[in-house]
Amino acid sequence: MTIQALKQQALEVRKTLLSMIYQAKTGHTGGALSSTDLITALYFEVMHIDPSNPKWEGRDYFILSKGHSVEGYLSALAKRGFFDESLLSTFCQYKSPLIGHPNNKIPGIEMNTGALGHGLSISVGMAIGLKKDKKPNRVFTLMGDGELAEGSVWEAAMAASHYKLDNLIAIVDRNHLQISGSTEDVMGLEPLRERWESFGWQVEEIDGNSMLEVVNALKAAPFKEHKPSLIIANTTKGKGVKEMEDIPSWHHGVPNQHLYEQAMLDFESMEKELQNV
Amino acid sequence: MTEKIATRHAYGQALAELGKNENILALDADVSTCTMSCDFGREYPHRFINVGIAEANMVGIAAGLSTLGYIPFVHSFAMFSAGRCFEQIRNSLAYPKLNVKVVGTHAGLSVGEDGATHQCLEDIGIMRTIPGMIVVHPCDGYETKKAVEAIALHKGPCYLRLGRAALDIVTGKDDYSFELGKAVTMKDGSDATIIAVGMMVQAALKAAETLEEDGISVRVLNMHTIKPIDTEAIIKAAKETGVIITAEEHNIIGGLGSAVTETVTEFFPVPVFRLGSNDTFGQSGNAEQLMDFYGLTDLGVIEMVKKGLRSKNYLKDVNNK
Ligand SMILES: Cc1ncc(C[n+]2csc(CCOP(=O)(O)OP(=O)(O)O)c2C)c(N)n1
Ligand SMILES: [Mg+2]
Repeated sequence: MTIQALKQQALEVRKTLLSMIYQAKTGHTGGALSSTDLITALYFEVMHIDPSNPKWEGRDYFILSKGHSVEGYLSALAKRGFFDESLLSTFCQYKSPLIGHPNNKIPGIEMNTGALGHGLSISVGMAIGLKKDKKPNRVFTLMGDGELAEGSVWEAAMAASHYKLDNLIAIVDRNHLQISGSTEDVMGLEPLRERWESFGWQVEEIDGNSMLEVVNALKAAPFKEHKPSLIIANTTKGKGVKEMEDIPSWHHGVPNQHLYEQAMLDFESMEKELQNV
Repeated sequence: MTEKIATRHAYGQALAELGKNENILALDADVSTCTMSCDFGREYPHRFINVGIAEANMVGIAAGLSTLGYIPFVHSFAMFSAGRCFEQIRNSLAYPKLNVKVVGTHAGLSVGEDGATHQCLEDIGIMRTIPGMIVVHPCDGYETKKAVEAIALHKGPCYLRLGRAALDIVTGKDDYSFELGKAVTMKDGSDATIIAVGMMVQAALKAAETLEEDGISVRVLNMHTIKPIDTEAIIKAAKETGVIITAEEHNIIGGLGSAVTETVTEFFPVPVFRLGSNDTFGQSGNAEQLMDFYGLTDLGVIEMVKKGLRSKNYLKDVNNK
C-alpha cells in the first residue's frame, strides 16, 4: 500500500475503534489511538500474513503486549479480513467473543494478553522456537511505555540479546503517559534508548504517528544481525481526537455523544484532506 | 436501604482515615484511582508511594519498609497483587511474618467488561495456602471499614479482597460487630446453612428470604474472614442444620467452599454444596450478566440449597434404614 492509502486505513481504524468504545461504553481509548498507526502499518503493509489462513506456517507473529489497546487491534484484524467486521459492534458485550482484552480464540490473535509485562517473554519464546526450526518468520511485539516498569520486560530483554534474537522486533508505544500520569513522574524511563542499548538491543527512534517513519522503520527491521531490534515510537496518547490528546484520564475514558460525533466529523474531514493531497 | 457503595470505595475512605497513624504507608502500582488508594495519597502524599506498573517490586519494597516499623498497605487489582506476587508475598512477607497488608481490588467476575485476564477467581485459594496469612473478604462498604480497622490492628500479613461493583449495605446495624475470624450470623435458621462471602452474602440473604416463604428455614453466615476460618460456627451449623451451602465469587476449588469442606469433613461430616465459578475463566459482560451466567445470584443459591436439602433428606433415609 502507498503511505497515502495506509494513512487512510489508519483513519478507518481510528473511526472504528472509537465507535466500538462508544457503543460498549468501555475501553482504553488513549492507548488505542496512540498505537493505531503502528498496528495499521504492521497489518496492512509490513507483516507476512494470510487472513484466510491465520495459522499459515509462513506468517509473522504479532503480540499485543499492551493488551488493553485491543480495540485498534481487533479493528485492524477485521478490516484486514481475519473475521467479519460486523462482529466489532459486539465488543465487550455479554457473550461476545470479542472480550475486553485479546484472546486466541479470535482468528489472527496469537496470545491472550492484558496482564502487562508478559508479551516480550512470550515473544522471546516464539523467536527462540522459530530460530530452532530454522524459520525466517519474524516476531513483532508492541508494548506500552508504562508497561516497561515491569521487571519481567527486562528479564525478557536480557534473554533476547543473550540468544541473539534478530528475528524479534519490539516496539514501545512511547506516549509518555500511563494511568496515574506521566511516565517520567511515576517511574522514570529515561534514558530509554541507552537502557535498551545496554541490554544489547539495536534501537531506532521514530515518530510513531508518522506513517512514513513507521513503515520505513518496520521495513528496515531487523536492524542488525545477531541483535534484537527495538523501535521507540514516539506517539501522542489519544492521537487524532484533539480533546483526548495527552490527557491521562483518556486512558480509559469513554466519549459522550457530543464528543463522539465531533470526533467522527473530524476524522471525516481528515480523510477528505488526505484525498485532496 | 442506604445508597450502594463498592467495597473499594469504602476502602479508600477507610484507609484515608487510618492515615492518622503515621506508620501507615500506601503503595500502589499505577492503579490508585481504581483501587481508591488515591484517597490516602491525596491526604498523605508523603506517605504514598506509586511504584509504577511493577507489582512484584511493590511487594518487595513494602517488605523492606516494614522492617523499619512502617505498616505498608500494597494495592493493585487482585489479579496482580495476589495473583502475580504470590511468591513475593509468601517468601518476603509471610515467611518473615512482616506486618504488610496486601489489598486486591476488582476481584472476581464483577469486574465486568475487562474479561478473564482481569477476573481473579483464585486469589482466596492462593492466599489461604500461605502460612500465617489472614484472608478477609468483606461483603459491603460498612463491613469493609470495620475490616480495614481490624487488619491494621492485627500484627502480621493480611490479604483484603475487594470488588468493583456497588453493593447494598447489609451489615451496618447496631448489633453488628466485626471480629477477625468470627463469622457473623446474618439470619438464623434450622434446615440448612448458607455460608457466604463478599457480594454473595447479599444474594444469600435474598435467597433465604424467598426460601422462608416456602417454609424452609435457612441460616446465613457471613464468613468475612476466610482464614483463620470460624471453625466453631461451621461445626455448629453442621450440627444444627445438617447441610451447608457455600457461596463465593471465586473458583469452588481452593476458596471458601474448600475451606468450609475441610472443616466439616474433619469435625462433623455433613453434605456441603459449593456455589462459585466452576473451574472456569470469566468473559466480558456487565457484572450483573456475568453473575447471572455463572449462577451467582439468589436464584443460584436457592437451587443449591434445594440440592443440599435433597441430599440431607436422602442421607436421613439411608441412615434410618
Ligand atoms: C500487570 C498489570 N498491572 C496493571 C494493569 C492495569 N493497567 C492497564 S493499562 C495500564 C497502564 C498502561 O500504561 P502504558 O503501558 O503506558 O500503556 P498506554 O499508555 O499505551 O495505554 C495499567 C496499569 C494491567 N493490565 N496489568
Ligand atoms: Mg503509555
